[in-house]
Amino acid sequence: MATPKIQISGLAKTFGANRVLDGVDLAVEAGESMTIIGQSGSGKSVTLKCILGLVRPDAGSIRIDGEEIVGLGERDLARVRAKFGMLFQGSALFDSLPVWRNVTFALTQGRARDTARMRAIAQENLERVGLGPEVLNLRPSELSGGMQKRVALARAIAPRPEIIFFDEPTTGLDPIRADVINDLIMSLVDDLGITALTITHDMASARKIAHRVAMLYQGKIIWHGPRDRLYDSGNPYVDQFVQGNAEGPIR
Amino acid sequence: MTGKRLAEAIISFFAAIGRIAIRSLATVGRATLFAINAIRRGLTPPYYPHKWLEQLAHIGWFSLPVVGLTAIFTGAALAQQTFTAGSRFNATSTVPAIVVLGIVRELGPVLVGLMVAGRVSSAMAAELGTMRVTEQLDAITTLRTDPFRYLIAPRLFASVIALPLMVMIANAIGIFGGYLIAVYKLDFNAVGYLKVTREFLEASDFMMALVKAAVFGFFIALMGCYHGFRANGGAAGVGEGTRNAVVSAFILILLSNLLITVMAFG
Ligand SMILES: Nc1ncnc2c1ncn2[C@@H]1O[C@H](COP(=O)(O)OP(=O)(O)OP(=O)(O)O)[C@@H](O)[C@H]1O
Ligand SMILES: [Mg+2]
Repeated sequence: MATPKIQISGLAKTFGANRVLDGVDLAVEAGESMTIIGQSGSGKSVTLKCILGLVRPDAGSIRIDGEEIVGLGERDLARVRAKFGMLFQGSALFDSLPVWRNVTFALTQGRARDTARMRAIAQENLERVGLGPEVLNLRPSELSGGMQKRVALARAIAPRPEIIFFDEPTTGLDPIRADVINDLIMSLVDDLGITALTITHDMASARKIAHRVAMLYQGKIIWHGPRDRLYDSGNPYVDQFVQGNAEGPIR
Repeated sequence: MTGKRLAEAIISFFAAIGRIAIRSLATVGRATLFAINAIRRGLTPPYYPHKWLEQLAHIGWFSLPVVGLTAIFTGAALAQQTFTAGSRFNATSTVPAIVVLGIVRELGPVLVGLMVAGRVSSAMAAELGTMRVTEQLDAITTLRTDPFRYLIAPRLFASVIALPLMVMIANAIGIFGGYLIAVYKLDFNAVGYLKVTREFLEASDFMMALVKAAVFGFFIALMGCYHGFRANGGAAGVGEGTRNAVVSAFILILLSNLLITVMAFG
């Protein structure tokens, strides 16, 4: 079998007295679309930040294309990060820069150059998320929450990374926009061969975009399987979660 | 029994002092590492010239009105005070000398330092703190840009360059403020006043003022960036970082000012 694109084993992270990750094991194959579900506060975003080297795990191993990245120095981490795009849960747009500079930041890396070409690239990527050229010169604070999310999405896909992390890509969007984003993620995976790791609370989205689904509960992956098994996983925790029951093994 | 309790009280007293000492040492250590990191990375490429200019404008240009205002009023008040005090023992002729020495050696650098610290340290801490809590700093890192080179270094270097320039301007305006009061209110002879001013204006004093200004500029930006960078916990955390930035910049400015003065004249 080929080396997984992302291989996590025994990942652990504690903040103060709060044990967030307690031995996460997960493998994502190249070209796969994997979705992580789990309760609010269960450590989904922290898992992504560990993989990006933004949070240092206490223990465990993270391999990207077989290369161990836990313990790498800043320079090597920067090289590995070139493979990634990340949509942050709160968009995290740079509010001092106009939209088009935000979208092309990965290409300019903050330098002020290639204005005309960068504007064209920004416009093309904004189109993919359903935004027109009228937003190019706006500041992020002048956009609605859903528009900010889509600009952030355009920023994540602009450099055409090998792997993209989507942290709740459809939260805060109307159902039609949400489905446009689902289609976008699927086309990135199917047409461009990108590996996608998506966090979502949106079960309709999970069913549409995921090849496989994993559930994070109390610091561990307690279940993973193909999306068709999501509604008959035989796991009482997954059942309760996907059906949104207040009653069940989850407190 | 009471002896034991007394012993416990004494021990816990020293333990508290020890904790505070350790915590302050830890803060100094972290801030020093932060500064070394910023300088080391800021001196190696990539550089961001447009960011440096942007910060120069923020720190220098937009602070000029408040700095000029402070300088002219302080120079004028200093001249009046010196005149009133000096008239008691017929020493009013010292007015130009006291004004020029007082402004150039102490008041110019310290007042500019404190004014700019209030304006710039707080703004930097608030901006970077907001970027921290809204994950913009994480986003910069994942977009393979080093926040130390992109955000911190331009602020540090611009501040170190801007403060000496502003102190030069403030010194000139301060001396002019004293001149205005002396000539138009206290009936000094304009030519004579300027002559004494020139006599007491020494290059070494000016050098010291510029060294002070550069040091203050460094602390102003360092405290703004350091406390902004470490902010956590939403809006409250940003507010706390902002306050800590201003307070610590004030303390560092006053301490280093005394240190430089004592070293130069002690
Ligand atoms: N920098 C940090 N410092 C301290 N605690 C943190 C930090 N980041 C996250 N946590 C804690 O880790 C836990 C998991 O956070 P995380 O953001 O991963 O949750 P999540 O699964 O993404 O939840 P949601 O679905 O609400 O986004 C939370 O209890 C949070 O308080
Ligand atoms: Mg999250």
